[in-house]
Amino acid sequence: MAEAHPVGFQWVMEAKRRGAKVFHVDPRFTRTSALADTYLPIRAGTDIALLGGIVRHILENELDFREYVLAYTNAATVVSEEFVDTEDLDGLFSGYDPKTQTYGQRSWQYAGHEKNSGDRDTHKERETAAGLRHESHGMPVGGQVQRDETLQHPRCVYQLLKRHFSRYTPEMVERTCGIPQDKFLELARAWTENSGRERTGVLIYSVGWTQHSVGVQYIRTGAIIQLLLGNMGRPGGGVLALRGHASIQGSTDIPTLFNLLPGYLPMPHYIDHTSFTDWVDSIRHPGQKGFWDGARAFGASLLKAYWGDAATPENDFCYGYLPRMTGDHGTYQTVLNMIDGKVRGYFLLGQNPAVGSAHGKAQRLGMANLDWLVVRDLFMIESATFWKNSPEVETGEIVPEECRTEVFFLPAASHVEKEGTFTQTQRLLQWREKALDPPADARSELWFFYHLGRIIRQKLAASDKARDRAVRDLTWDYPTHGDLVEPSAEAVLREINGYEVATGRPLSAFTEARDDGSTAIGCWIYTGVYADGVNQAARRKPGRDQDWVAAEWGWAWPANRRILYNRASADPEGQPWSERKKYVWWDADRGEWTGYDVPDFEKKKAPTYRPPEGATGVEGLAGDDAFIMQGDGKGWLYVPTGLQDGPMPTHYEPAESPMRNPLYGQQANPTRKVYDNPVNSVNPSPPQPHTDVFPYVFTVSRLTEHHTAGGMSRMVPRLAELQPEMFVEVSPELAGEVGLDHLGWAHLISGRAAIEAKVLVTDRLTPLRLDGRVIHQVWLPYHFGREGIVTGDSVNDLFGITLDPNVLIQESKVGTCDIRPGRRPTGPALLELVDDYRRRAGLVGGRPPIVTTDASEREVG
Amino acid sequence: MIEANSLYGPLDPAPDAGWTDAPPRMGFFTDTSVCIGCKACEVACKEWNGVPDSGFDLLGMSYDNTGALTANSWRHVAFIEQPRPAGHRTPPFEGNPTGPAASPASAATAAGTGTDTGTNPGLPPGRPDAATRMAAGPEFLGMPGSEPPGRATGAESRTDFRWLMMSDVCKHCTHAACLDVCPTGSLFRTEFGTVVVQEDICNGCGYCISACPYGVIDQRKGDGRAWKCTLCYDRLGAGMTPACAQACPTESIQFGPLDELRERAAARVAQLHDRGVPEARLYGHDPTDGVGGDGAFFLLLDEPEVYGLPPDPVVTTRDLPKMWKRAGLAALAMAAAAVAAFVGGAS
Repeated sequence: MAEAHPVGFQWVMEAKRRGAKVFHVDPRFTRTSALADTYLPIRAGTDIALLGGIVRHILENELDFREYVLAYTNAATVVSEEFVDTEDLDGLFSGYDPKTQTYGQRSWQYAGHEKNSGDRDTHKERETAAGLRHESHGMPVGGQVQRDETLQHPRCVYQLLKRHFSRYTPEMVERTCGIPQDKFLELARAWTENSGRERTGVLIYSVGWTQHSVGVQYIRTGAIIQLLLGNMGRPGGGVLALRGHASIQGSTDIPTLFNLLPGYLPMPHYIDHTSFTDWVDSIRHPGQKGFWDGARAFGASLLKAYWGDAATPENDFCYGYLPRMTGDHGTYQTVLNMIDGKVRGYFLLGQNPAVGSAHGKAQRLGMANLDWLVVRDLFMIESATFWKNSPEVETGEIVPEECRTEVFFLPAASHVEKEGTFTQTQRLLQWREKALDPPADARSELWFFYHLGRIIRQKLAASDKARDRAVRDLTWDYPTHGDLVEPSAEAVLREINGYEVATGRPLSAFTEARDDGSTAIGCWIYTGVYADGVNQAARRKPGRDQDWVAAEWGWAWPANRRILYNRASADPEGQPWSERKKYVWWDADRGEWTGYDVPDFEKKKAPTYRPPEGATGVEGLAGDDAFIMQGDGKGWLYVPTGLQDGPMPTHYEPAESPMRNPLYGQQANPTRKVYDNPVNSVNPSPPQPHTDVFPYVFTVSRLTEHHTAGGMSRMVPRLAELQPEMFVEVSPELAGEVGLDHLGWAHLISGRAAIEAKVLVTDRLTPLRLDGRVIHQVWLPYHFGREGIVTGDSVNDLFGITLDPNVLIQESKVGTCDIRPGRRPTGPALLELVDDYRRRAGLVGGRPPIVTTDASEREVG
Repeated sequence: MIEANSLYGPLDPAPDAGWTDAPPRMGFFTDTSVCIGCKACEVACKEWNGVPDSGFDLLGMSYDNTGALTANSWRHVAFIEQPRPAGHRTPPFEGNPTGPAASPASAATAAGTGTDTGTNPGLPPGRPDAATRMAAGPEFLGMPGSEPPGRATGAESRTDFRWLMMSDVCKHCTHAACLDVCPTGSLFRTEFGTVVVQEDICNGCGYCISACPYGVIDQRKGDGRAWKCTLCYDRLGAGMTPACAQACPTESIQFGPLDELRERAAARVAQLHDRGVPEARLYGHDPTDGVGGDGAFFLLLDEPEVYGLPPDPVVTTRDLPKMWKRAGLAALAMAAAAVAAFVGGAS
């Protein structure tokens, strides 16, 4: 966190000053480790084994916050008798289909619910990264569930969890992660001792945690621990995701993703969502409880914001204009489609995939096979110059004179040269003023898209083609100002907030959304940010002038709520768990919820409220159903539906690993997304042969001194001089084994590429002992490329493409490689080197076996 | 022996320099125990003061690619990797299959990588043996550095490790030798008690460079003038915090009236001692030290030498009065002898 989020890290230092204990788990000793109380080196890609060990420690020693767990989680819920755990199927859950490599989830359901939501097309869900839409809510489950409040039923979630993690012992953690048992127990004790009524603990992760073939399950495991310890919905608790750059939270709320519309409404699928009603019912699930009942109003209001007067209840609010998904349109599929000549044009805005995305060669070869490419950036980045300056130009794979892609480079305004909001990890929107005009031709994104849209609409104004109607009918009426004809960002924020169509009155809360066309809302979860016609995100009342929750600084979605599910900060009767951790509580005299924050609960619903038989929607939530966006109102220790790779996290090895999975015959995630393409290959892992060709683990991340793919730091002298060269960090033990010298050269080879780097021999890296074997890990920064003041090879070139099945995030934090002293060869000899490795590793096309256990056949048989 | 002159001993420098109604003396307290090595201070300083780059070379001294305070780097974050215990409750690498530490050997290698910073004397190559001792800590007695990293033989395995980080800066001495020797008056004492070079007066003679007991002030090549931290004199005049302190995310660099900072620093040391960090100590805070106390002082977690700081700096002009007195006496004696000889001859 000190490396990638130094400004945020000040609060960790502040907490430490007040006595907090800081634990840091990382493959290498970083600036965060230097300031932590305890540092745990870990083998990259084994976090579920570590966290699973903590879950076991909690359950075996009964250290869970039992009243919280009983009241607010699904621990007591009984699961279908059809369910079979990985413990019995050698690493697979019941329902696995080896043909599609996905699970049918019928058997994972709660008892009695098998038919309700278990028979979906999970293959299609994987293609469309359907898991992403659950960012603001869980998958639905229906009606009442069977519970055992004693937690003794063998199929209740508590017992299933206990059995599932029973083999994640401290010994197993040591064998899998390389973390000595004493250290593991130090972490486990600190975490559990600092949770409960009086204390809370927080889990902080950065985006690298998600970039694994089991990325979603990493976070799931963390969430299970935090639920068991009662650390959710309470002050000082939670699972904090530190985003990769400013407003990444904002860019999923109002998404730059192929499968989502604003406010986590799913992008329609061409088969499943043929009508408006099909679409909204797939979100709200009529007859189920929870807040998603409003989906029809949110959907109608969004379409009304898009198409204004043209959108009427009679024409389903122009639902037909919305594009439809037909499958996987994710960034990696698109790149492979480019290579295959299926894509004509591409916009890149503030992104440098030639350096920042996995498998740099695939990225560059893809971009070299377009008709046109628009790059908007502050500087001339590698993704704009790959056609004349890239490894492929050196090897002859791209010939500048013959490269067909026409690249348009448009200079962009920086964040100080435009106004707007940033949404950070707490869902807090903060308004940003413009400090100065952008130089020369540089313009804001808002300017670019507004005027692009304006010009396209002008060109189509006289068109009578049906296909152009969606563009012609768009509301595109933002006021502009100044010499640059800059559209008003506040006007956009007002539209995002939503307004009453007849009067233009800005809405104050998403509960005002209507499904009759009388409201227009750009993003329903942001409703309230422009309440009373005031830009609430621009509020800057200093902390000293308000209470510690500081509700008048900026604005947080939803409803300016600072902690989600904060009903859980009070006990089932509505009283604070402790004076020390008091946050939101039930005021019986006034008959309402009150506290420091906006209660995440219906204000007047008493803790004693129990829904009448058959109640649905919000009415169906009981007075102690704290997790109001979940179909059953409970925090999910066990996920009966909605995840591709299992209801409980399971340790799988990374797609490339030098180790056999110590826990199961199933080596890696059996549902991971793989692509069959000649450009993509995966280094062999056990039980395959030739794993000794790539014996070392490499992991990558950031340096404080640089920013992501380097486009904003390698070009700036004051930053570039601070970390001026590409380097690889190796332990003294590995340096001795391979023959590497401090400040000498080394080159690293994977099945995709070979890169070179200067060597830093440092005590900050350590070998790990696993199962009697010593595993070496190396670390590299991913900031370098061929443009700018300081240049170097790009480490992301070493990665292949393997994705998490839930959200299609790439596994780009762990891979295998070889490392040798000296510089890499250049020109065609570079290709020969990589080919030689590929031959020796047996990488002759095709993909590695996905299923490495015969358990699925046992199940079928 | 402290003598009663304004070149040595405790005093308030601004009134001593002739400022009437001077504001309280301002300074920096840099608490290295909370430094996270982000280098925001280096960047903010260069950005505000328009300081040019100091070369784009990988120095290999841990994450320090700045190397030293030079005319082109007025803040410098030092990184010291040591196989020594820190505040970690369990040694970071306990239980891992490690061999001997490489940090002394790596530091020794890095010490030979002096590069062109565009300044003079800039960043001269260090002495490998000194770097080795710094990286190993003061208790180190052996002689690694002769073996390449990782290839030393030895039964010991490293378990302890700590990574010290420290943002260094001009000390703004109470008795500033640079100022004392400046023949043009380019270096002057501000009303805040800080020491500033006026670039339009500096004639590039370089006397200040050899006078500084910390090796801070330095000459820019092609320009010839001496440059160093001004403690953001322009910002202070406008009631603002210096750029580095403003940018520091963890309040490792604190700015304020020196008296307040000294109190705060003493309390912080006491707090760290209570929390089991006995190695915490102050550096440059003492008005009775060889430079009369620094306007920019530090909380360190090891001996000053480990950070590359002189353990007992003395203002180089301390002995000037004594020297002048002796020279005067010698001259008088010579004259007396000459007179005596003349008188004697005449008699």
